[in-house]
Amino acid sequence: MVAAAPWAILFAPLAACVGIVLFGRRSKRLSAGLALTGMAVSLLFTVLLFLHSLHSTAPIETSVSWVDLPGLALEFGFLLNRPAILMAWVVTGVGFLIFLYSVGYMAEEPGFPRYFAYLSLFAFSMLGIVLANNFVTLFMFWELVGASSYLLIGYWYEKPKAAEAGKKAFLVNRIADFGFLIGILMVWNLSGMEGAGRTLNFLQLEERLPHLVQAGAIGPAALTAIALLIFCGVLGKSAQFPLHVWLPDAMEGPTPVSALIHAATMVAAGVYLIGRAFFLFWLSPQALWVVAAIGGFTALFAALLALVENDIKRVLAFSTLSQLGYMVMALGLGGYVAGTYHLTTHAFFKALLFLGAGSVIHAVHTNNIWEMGGLAKKMPATTLTFLAAALALAGIFPLSGFWSKDEILAIAFERSKLLWVVGTLSAGMTAFYMGRVFCVAFLGKPRSHHAEHAHESPRTMTLPLWILTVPTLIGGFIGIPQYLHHAQEGGVHVEFNLLVAMVSTLTAVAGLALAYAVYVKGFRPDAQAQELLTRLGRPLTRKFWMDEIYGWINRNVQQRFADGLALFERFVIIRVCVNGVAKVTGLTGSLLRTAQTGKVQTYAAMLLAGLGLLLWLNLR
Amino acid sequence: MIHPLLFYTVSALITASALGVLLARRPIYAVLSLVLVLFGLSTLFVALHAFFVAAIQIVVYAGAVLVLFLFVVMLLDMAPEALLRDRNKTMMGVGVLFGLFFLGQLAGVARHLPAPSGREIPGTTAEIGRLLFTTYALPFEAASLLLLVGIIGAIVLAKKKL
Amino acid sequence: MIPLTPVGLPHLIGLSGVLFTIGLVGVVTRRNILLVLLSLELLLNAANLAFVAFSRAQGDLSGQIMVFFVMIVAAAEVTVGLAITVLLSRHAGKLNADEIRNLKW
Repeated sequence: MVAAAPWAILFAPLAACVGIVLFGRRSKRLSAGLALTGMAVSLLFTVLLFLHSLHSTAPIETSVSWVDLPGLALEFGFLLNRPAILMAWVVTGVGFLIFLYSVGYMAEEPGFPRYFAYLSLFAFSMLGIVLANNFVTLFMFWELVGASSYLLIGYWYEKPKAAEAGKKAFLVNRIADFGFLIGILMVWNLSGMEGAGRTLNFLQLEERLPHLVQAGAIGPAALTAIALLIFCGVLGKSAQFPLHVWLPDAMEGPTPVSALIHAATMVAAGVYLIGRAFFLFWLSPQALWVVAAIGGFTALFAALLALVENDIKRVLAFSTLSQLGYMVMALGLGGYVAGTYHLTTHAFFKALLFLGAGSVIHAVHTNNIWEMGGLAKKMPATTLTFLAAALALAGIFPLSGFWSKDEILAIAFERSKLLWVVGTLSAGMTAFYMGRVFCVAFLGKPRSHHAEHAHESPRTMTLPLWILTVPTLIGGFIGIPQYLHHAQEGGVHVEFNLLVAMVSTLTAVAGLALAYAVYVKGFRPDAQAQELLTRLGRPLTRKFWMDEIYGWINRNVQQRFADGLALFERFVIIRVCVNGVAKVTGLTGSLLRTAQTGKVQTYAAMLLAGLGLLLWLNLR
Repeated sequence: MIHPLLFYTVSALITASALGVLLARRPIYAVLSLVLVLFGLSTLFVALHAFFVAAIQIVVYAGAVLVLFLFVVMLLDMAPEALLRDRNKTMMGVGVLFGLFFLGQLAGVARHLPAPSGREIPGTTAEIGRLLFTTYALPFEAASLLLLVGIIGAIVLAKKKL
Repeated sequence: MIPLTPVGLPHLIGLSGVLFTIGLVGVVTRRNILLVLLSLELLLNAANLAFVAFSRAQGDLSGQIMVFFVMIVAAAEVTVGLAITVLLSRHAGKLNADEIRNLKW
């Protein structure tokens, strides 16, 4: 039963997708039913695996041989260790709730079946990443996830903005995946040992790499290069700087999609990848520092950008970017358990935040927080759950976010004071901007017609909100780190650090208080300070002009290069090769045509010539 | 095999007439030269004890085929051929070249001709007839079919209206 | 002077070759179609001579049988060939081989 579980987990959503495509086109009910059933099956088997894993920490691996040639042996298989099972929990659990929420949220959409087909496809792809036991399978599903994301971001394909956003996401990821692929190929190349062929299997690599490094077969430079190349893939999928530009635009997709893909699961795939390949990263301290630095920078950078956003989903998007930065930083500092812990708690409260935002948007028909206000009275369920999640995100004791974020900050304090300061600053900013959103959207007076007449969302939407609140609140107490510790060797562990905890809590409370003061009580600094703040704020509202920079690079570098190649194609390939061949053929034809004179005697002469040749050859 | 004097005389006649066929200006001269060639060949055949063949050479070849040629020559009003010099020189060159080449080949082959066996079977009508109706009966019948086809072809081609 | 060596097979084959060559040049060179056909006859006769010579040398009558058949074929071929020539002259008015070029591309 246990061995068959991964197959069921992986293929149930795919079956649902196929079922919807074949049969569900006309029936919303059938599509929703199939999709929910698919996820439910996956969830069930995940629970089964979880229960099994409580008894033993040994990883379970099953695989099927896919390509079996001398020199190239690829497999398709699953590696079920504790982190994988935990991640599968997150994907299927949160996924199922979001599927349920979508039934209500997307009820009036004509493309309802298409939506659920895409969602199921995504679930299939994401679970593939989680369960894969080797780089090739993982990469396959990695790309599939990118494709599903493209389809879902551009779900409302008639909106030009949505279509553009989908393209942007896919292209940015493509760039990242290029590096990733090269990294995988390098691993493949260097993984050969005597007696055993080259491999891309995680467990086998985990065994071999230390030996290969000791024996000098892989130099430190090569190892760092590989790690950084694989990290390229993380840059794309988890939207770290400088490939973060696609995530805010991805909010063009439906809100449940944003919740599932761009908060809880897909973007976490990068973090998960580092975890899966941690044995590789652990061997290259330089790479780890790069990872940590980029993570830290992204956390700070994104938090800054979130401060000035007025679109509720975009605030949450930048917040996600920032939190992903935290996770990446944690892994870079060696805190495998801490990073994964935060990934899990973040999935819960971020999904909750997005679903709450979706509920609000559904009621108020706008994303702009300045057109909301006073929703606390009209939408109590949404408000309460949103508040809980916001507090968790800000890292307030004793919510789940506090525990996981704190563990990361403790590790940072030990390993790099600089990154600790960065992390704490970001935490403060996080508290501030979440406070800002909450105060502006839910407190005070309604600022628009819709806000006045808002009402609570239907049961199918509020139920998932309540369910998600539970892990948000108690996630710190259910023993996730302990669950992971048992299976993990290597990595950094730290004890609880009271100083760090107190500093982070203080910063968070300060942030929240400031937000309350500014946005509820109307506190404003004096005019000079205001002007300074406005000027400082300009780069933030323009997102540091990153999109413009990319646009410039695209126009001048990539486009010029493409034009050059086009010229090459026109002149060399078409003119010379293709037309040239035709011309030569024509010329030869004209030449040979002169033999067809139409005169019988010419032909007789030619016959004689041939005959003569034959005679000469045979009578020599 | 043949008395040298006879051979050389007749060969000269044959060769001269053949050149006449090649070079004659009027078609009628060419045809008549060919007749002379045939007579010469016939003589050689007789000297080679191929009596039957010699006879039918005169009767069939010279007597029927060339007469047919004569009929056509007389029927069609043909202008005398222009001087050889106006001819397609390259073609002449090609022909002569090949001819010489072929002669060379022949000379090469001629070195390895098999030695004549001493046997002697006279080419009399009786002998040829016997062979034709026993060993070569099938080709004989096929040949008559061929003639039939030729006749039909000629009729079809020459009729003004079918 | 003419050497009075005994005349054997090589001489006869040589004569046959010369006849063949002359006929060849005629076929390739002559402008009048009728005369081309005539030269063709020369070719056939050269072959006949060779056959008879070999037949005599080998003591095998098959050579002469061959000559018999060659003559039949020649007769059939001349029949049809002359018919075509007549038609051509009716059609084109002239029998100039250089000008009958309907098969030219």
